[in-house]
Amino acid sequence: MDAAAEHLAQLVELLRTDSEQLIHRWVELTAPSLRGRLTEAELHSDSRELFDALQQALATTGNVNDSHFAEVKGLLEDLSRARARQGFSPSETAISVFTLKQAVSELVGQQDDQNLYRQVLTFSTLLDVLGLRTFEAYARTREGIIKEQSEQLLELTTPVVKLWDGVLAVPLVGTLDSIRTQIVMEKLLQALVDTGSEHAIIDITGVLAVDTQVAQHLLKTVMAARLMGAECTISGIRPQIAQTIVALGIEFGDITTKASLSDALRHALRRSGVDVVATARSGR
Amino acid sequence: MDRVPILRIGDVLLVSIQVDLQDQGVLDLQEDLAEQLSSISARGVVIDISAVEIVDSFIGRMFATIASVSQLFDADTVVVGMRPAVAITLVELGLTLGNVRTALNLEKGLEILRGTRGRTGLEWAQPPPEVTR
Repeated sequence: MDAAAEHLAQLVELLRTDSEQLIHRWVELTAPSLRGRLTEAELHSDSRELFDALQQALATTGNVNDSHFAEVKGLLEDLSRARARQGFSPSETAISVFTLKQAVSELVGQQDDQNLYRQVLTFSTLLDVLGLRTFEAYARTREGIIKEQSEQLLELTTPVVKLWDGVLAVPLVGTLDSIRTQIVMEKLLQALVDTGSEHAIIDITGVLAVDTQVAQHLLKTVMAARLMGAECTISGIRPQIAQTIVALGIEFGDITTKASLSDALRHALRRSGVDVVATARSGR
Repeated sequence: MDRVPILRIGDVLLVSIQVDLQDQGVLDLQEDLAEQLSSISARGVVIDISAVEIVDSFIGRMFATIASVSQLFDADTVVVGMRPAVAITLVELGLTLGNVRTALNLEKGLEILRGTRGRTGLEWAQPPPEVTR
């Protein structure tokens, strides 16, 4: 037991003797913020676990940075993570720590003891630090979720599809930025190797805007495909985008561009020596 | 240092680069290839770089040099099996392969040289067009 803990001895004793009452009051204060996302029983067991860990840590030291507080912090971080995933707001998450302050001060307020009152102040500073930790853990979890989602979005929006033997297509949808174009480039080139396809069609019907940078990326993709021995066609340029491209002075050079995906497919088939012939069939 | 082997298949020379080449290795290869070309009067050269993972500008230039040398002996050059990462690197370096043809794999490269297909493979000489604002 260090000096700070000695100093808190009276409070620790109080926490121990009145633990049931405190936890009950704590849960009572926190419950309104749950709004049905967590049952009171769950909250009760969470709170008890946290309270026990906190009490044990306090019995040894009053220093939050001490290793004895590791368990408390671990529990708090788990709790914040769970709350963040359940869709709690940051304040709803942090309130579950700060309400303990209120519960303790209510308890102490009944006794008129200067010394105990000072200890409660120390305790509440300590709780503030722990409360901030929940904020941090909450924010980290949210950032994690956002990152996961943007990765999933990248995965979703860049499929490489096979249109014909030796003809691949990438239908691009949405906004093109450097990272996405890079991923498209790598996926397309890898798919060319994997399938041994000699034609690739990049369809940009779903792309809303093309600036010089995006155009540069597209050109680089086509060049890289050529280096590997495949031919790349760009199709589905919207009228407005065509105007922009011309206005910006972007030169597509000798890269084949077609109005629609079907034109591009026809072009690719012709280049690979496939003829599509409509046969007149009776009974249709 | 080991030299890159040059194999002969009919009237085609096959250069299969299996290691990451150093500058000296590149020079040795160019020398050996020129000698072979002049002695057997090959019709084509296939450079298989499917095992090459790292390229620099020097190696990038090697393809163009080899193609130009081969041209003097009336042989076509096809670079086959370039990895996506290598292709991206070369484009980022702004390198062109001169009048080198490319193919996805060895089989397609040989087909191009034999002219068994109706077309002559991909010929490309233009650098990526510069985008001007």
